[in-house]
Amino acid sequence: MSTPSPDGAGHDGVSRADIVVVACAEAFRGDGEIFASGMGTIPMLGARLARASFEPDLLVSDGEAFFVANDLEVGGTDKLVEGWIPFRSVFDTLWGGRRHVMMGATQIDAHGNTNIANIGPWDRPKAQLLGVRGGPGNTVNHATSFWIPRHSARVFVPKVDMVSGVGTDRAADIGGWIAAHHHLARVVTNLAVLDLGGPDGRLRLLSVHPGVSVSDVEENTGFELVIGPDTPETRLPTDHEMAILDRLDPSGLRLSEVPV
Amino acid sequence: MTIDKRISEDEAVATLADGMTLGIGGWGSRRKPMSLVRALLRSPVTDLTVVSYGGPDVGLLCAAGKVRRLIYGFVSLDSIPLEPHFRAARQGGTIPEPVEYDEGMLQWALYAGSLRLPFLPTRAGLGSDVLEVNPSLRLVSSPYDDREELVAVPGLRLDAAFVHLNRSDARGNAQFLGPDLYFDDLFLNACEPGRRFLSCERIVPTESLLDEGSFHTLRINRSMVDGVVEAPRGAHFTTCEPDYGRDEAFQRHYVGAAGDPDAWAAFVDRFLSGSEHDYQQAVAAWHVEQTERAARETEGATS
Repeated sequence: MSTPSPDGAGHDGVSRADIVVVACAEAFRGDGEIFASGMGTIPMLGARLARASFEPDLLVSDGEAFFVANDLEVGGTDKLVEGWIPFRSVFDTLWGGRRHVMMGATQIDAHGNTNIANIGPWDRPKAQLLGVRGGPGNTVNHATSFWIPRHSARVFVPKVDMVSGVGTDRAADIGGWIAAHHHLARVVTNLAVLDLGGPDGRLRLLSVHPGVSVSDVEENTGFELVIGPDTPETRLPTDHEMAILDRLDPSGLRLSEVPV
Repeated sequence: MTIDKRISEDEAVATLADGMTLGIGGWGSRRKPMSLVRALLRSPVTDLTVVSYGGPDVGLLCAAGKVRRLIYGFVSLDSIPLEPHFRAARQGGTIPEPVEYDEGMLQWALYAGSLRLPFLPTRAGLGSDVLEVNPSLRLVSSPYDDREELVAVPGLRLDAAFVHLNRSDARGNAQFLGPDLYFDDLFLNACEPGRRFLSCERIVPTESLLDEGSFHTLRINRSMVDGVVEAPRGAHFTTCEPDYGRDEAFQRHYVGAAGDPDAWAAFVDRFLSGSEHDYQQAVAAWHVEQTERAARETEGATS
């Protein structure tokens, strides 16, 4: 068991943010030569870390319109361009299934139905958010994972206000092609790593980050999670991964997103 | 035979009428035809159906109460995720008919429209609440052995289209020099001939079109364009790479002002109450003020 020090650093200067980025990278393990698309700092770092270490065939983008072959730091501009991926090509790649996106979710339920569109009724939202964006198409066409920076019962809710991303129960109801191809790979939060591998495609706790207890996760989840008898700790970054992370994020942007 | 299609923003907007369907190119806060949008704000035209990968274009038109129906997949300022006027309009219920699509569905709607097809099929939307909140969307069954049920995204035809490109000749052969065309060609192709308006940073002679980019950048030809507006900094405050990036400081100022009625009234008074020339002058003066204020603060801090 590790005990994080008061400043959030655990083993030898390893922070929660580092552990979280490694957990995001793990979501792309085994993906091969596809577009690993990370929305936001932590998912983007996860994709780039995976490519720089155990999943070298992944394609990663600069977040604008280019595939970059080098280990581009977050916010960096020194790009080795290996391909062009304007939005039209993103949609082609997406509908062709050669993409795995890790995106945010303002709400998520026990079957991985997610909402980034609005809080409250759609007709007259209490809070208008982004709109559904690419969520509906992403979730029925290729692997989708989620990064949730604040694991709480306000995010993990029994019922989302608007389904912008399709969960396992709805995909199963549609059946056919969609049920066969639907794949919500991983949900990484500031507390834990989860997947949809529980009975009936329900959200299952895979690991808790060092310093987090299973009951911490349960208390911050607004429905019952599938929890096994022994929940392991999320693995720590290797020294090699820490060295890559320092190169990909030299100014430590990840630390401001996951303060702990 | 040359046809000179050059017109002003105000002349372009004068051809629009209440109740029309207007498509606006660009994406979020990127290469938006803002000078045309600002001209529309100055005009009495209202009751519009607006189709957009939305950014400040949508925000400003909503704030001015010109939008009856809004067809969108998102509205965002990119570096600032949420568009304040769009949020206020949705939360206040002042967009009578919002139509929310998946981003890819919106591409399909424009593409089907540009091909004059009644619909194009997709899986995007199935299982999501996009189908719940758009009860007019229908499903279609594959006529082949798979019999799969798909969403039939209805083709969208536009009465008017606004796009902003980097370069164009006077006839409307236009060029994008930045990283992404976005869907500007589809907005023009989905529009009925007559009101397809293209603004650009600079009008150049046809023989100069390949001076700054390869032939691959000539994705808009003159059969797709009815009017060409020369609008230097016409996309401001959104990006227009490589001519200029987003004016992040001014975008923050816009967002700050949008949050408060008095501040917004002052913003409109200062920036949006005159001509496009007045706007550009006011923005330049605002930047000088900011620089001077920063210099005074530095001086104060070191003295």
